[in-house]
Amino acid sequence: MIDGFLALYIFTLAAFTGKEIIARVPVILHTPLMSGSNFVHGIVLVGAMLVLAHAQTTPERIIGLIAVALGAGNAAGGYVVTERMLEMFKSSKPAGKAGGKG
Amino acid sequence: MDGLTLEQVLHFAAKASYFIAALLFILGIKRMASPVTARRGIVQAGIGMLVATAATFALTGTDNLGWIIAGLAIGVIPAWMSGKRVAMTDMPQMVALYNGMGGGSAAAIGAVELLRFSSAGVSPPVAHLALGTLGALIGSISMSGSVIAWAKLDGRLDRRFTFAGQQAVNTLCFLAALGTGIALVFYGLDVRLIAVFFGLALLFGVLMTLPIGGADMPVVISLYNALTGLAVAFEGFVLQNEALIIAGTVVGAAGTLLTQLMAKAMNRPISNVLFSNFGGGGEGEAIEGSQKPIDAADVASLLYIADKVVIVPGYGMAVAQAQHKIWELSRLLIDADKDVKFAIHPVAGRMPGHMNVLLAEAGVPYDLIADMDDINPEFPTCDVAIVIGANDVVNPAARTDKSSPIYGMPVLDVVNARQVVVVKRGRGTGFAGIENALFYADNTRMLFADGQAAAASLVSEFKAIEGGGGH
Repeated sequence: MIDGFLALYIFTLAAFTGKEIIARVPVILHTPLMSGSNFVHGIVLVGAMLVLAHAQTTPERIIGLIAVALGAGNAAGGYVVTERMLEMFKSSKPAGKAGGKG
Repeated sequence: MDGLTLEQVLHFAAKASYFIAALLFILGIKRMASPVTARRGIVQAGIGMLVATAATFALTGTDNLGWIIAGLAIGVIPAWMSGKRVAMTDMPQMVALYNGMGGGSAAAIGAVELLRFSSAGVSPPVAHLALGTLGALIGSISMSGSVIAWAKLDGRLDRRFTFAGQQAVNTLCFLAALGTGIALVFYGLDVRLIAVFFGLALLFGVLMTLPIGGADMPVVISLYNALTGLAVAFEGFVLQNEALIIAGTVVGAAGTLLTQLMAKAMNRPISNVLFSNFGGGGEGEAIEGSQKPIDAADVASLLYIADKVVIVPGYGMAVAQAQHKIWELSRLLIDADKDVKFAIHPVAGRMPGHMNVLLAEAGVPYDLIADMDDINPEFPTCDVAIVIGANDVVNPAARTDKSSPIYGMPVLDVVNARQVVVVKRGRGTGFAGIENALFYADNTRMLFADGQAAAASLVSEFKAIEGGGGH
């Protein structure tokens, strides 16, 4: 069980991690990074699958189905567009520095 | 396996997979924050998602397996196909749409949980109920708000909707949604009250986004992205699922920081974006002088005698699909030993970094692309600055005219270049609806044409001069 203070610890540490890992992102990556983090919260799909798995009434199943479909759309669409954007980033020099302040 | 049931083994395998997925997400996002490793970052996060999704089948049992597979198919197939097809220019609204789906999914999870608690008649721990309700509230706002943001950026809703007392109505709607949520947590889970709660939350997302102008939309999408992350984390607490908690919280925090960075780039505090009516306020000072036209042949001559050329692309260039021709022109200039740079405003395009993506698509190497802070001191030594499809981000009124609605927004100091050429289809105002003082400046000439046609004629005129001038 994750409860009380343990939950608070996980939340706090994850929040600091989130801020720290993108603290020095150059401007050129803002859009792909927003899109990439949008993909990562597609993990909501896992929660939706679990909720649908344990649904017992028809209304619960229908709303659960909506949750799975929306979560799957978030994950699949988010991955495809992020990957397409990042595929195009090339330097004229191999391993060159970014145009940004990075 | 002595002493362990199959169920326990599956449970352990799923939990271990969630741990690996959370780790891959964090490493993936970290890699996505640097251009050298970004590609590997998204692939890594993608592997994490596959691992977590596959492992979840170990926990779902077989009761509703058909429903789950149907839901996956309904979600994955259209999203995958639309994501493959969407043009790079339309990327921001696509991100908004996928983000809205995530928010909707979190809200729907909250709805199922509330319904289950309601029909079981037992009251779960208050902390679970409160977090689940809060996640549902945030997820609903993020979903309907993102859909409005998508509609605005996609040109389906091209007006801002404002009326007297709007802020008061919005505040009332939010308080009503919050009050209903509190009533659900502390006074019982009536099904009708649950419906009212979701209705109010969705309505608030719509009301909150409607009055916000298109120029501020990037900040709003980023904010909703962070909110969806939070909603996912809160639903993760209810479901006791570590992967949701960690991934959701990391995105919530990273998204909040990203929102702040974007708002800073536009010099607009987030509260200002959300609660003031951009572009509807001050009119700005009347502009003296006139717009002076020029033709492509004369621009080509200016370029031929220039040593240093700065190209300032805006979203209009991408709409006109002119980036490939502009890059062709740039290569001609570079081959003629001219110093060529692309100057990018932090919010050029529809989102920060969007213009870099569009230029990258045309093949422009990212080391020719300069940030605003790096290029601004160079404009006084620039012979010709070509502004193509950019408007508000080069408006000097942002520095000089206190009555202008964009006063204080950082802009590219194009007006300081020796000669400015603005490629523009007509004389209309920009996305924010403000007159641009740059177009009336003494050193500015207007090349009135469609972006792609203008770029093509610049290429051919420049070649003609090179050929005729005995280069």
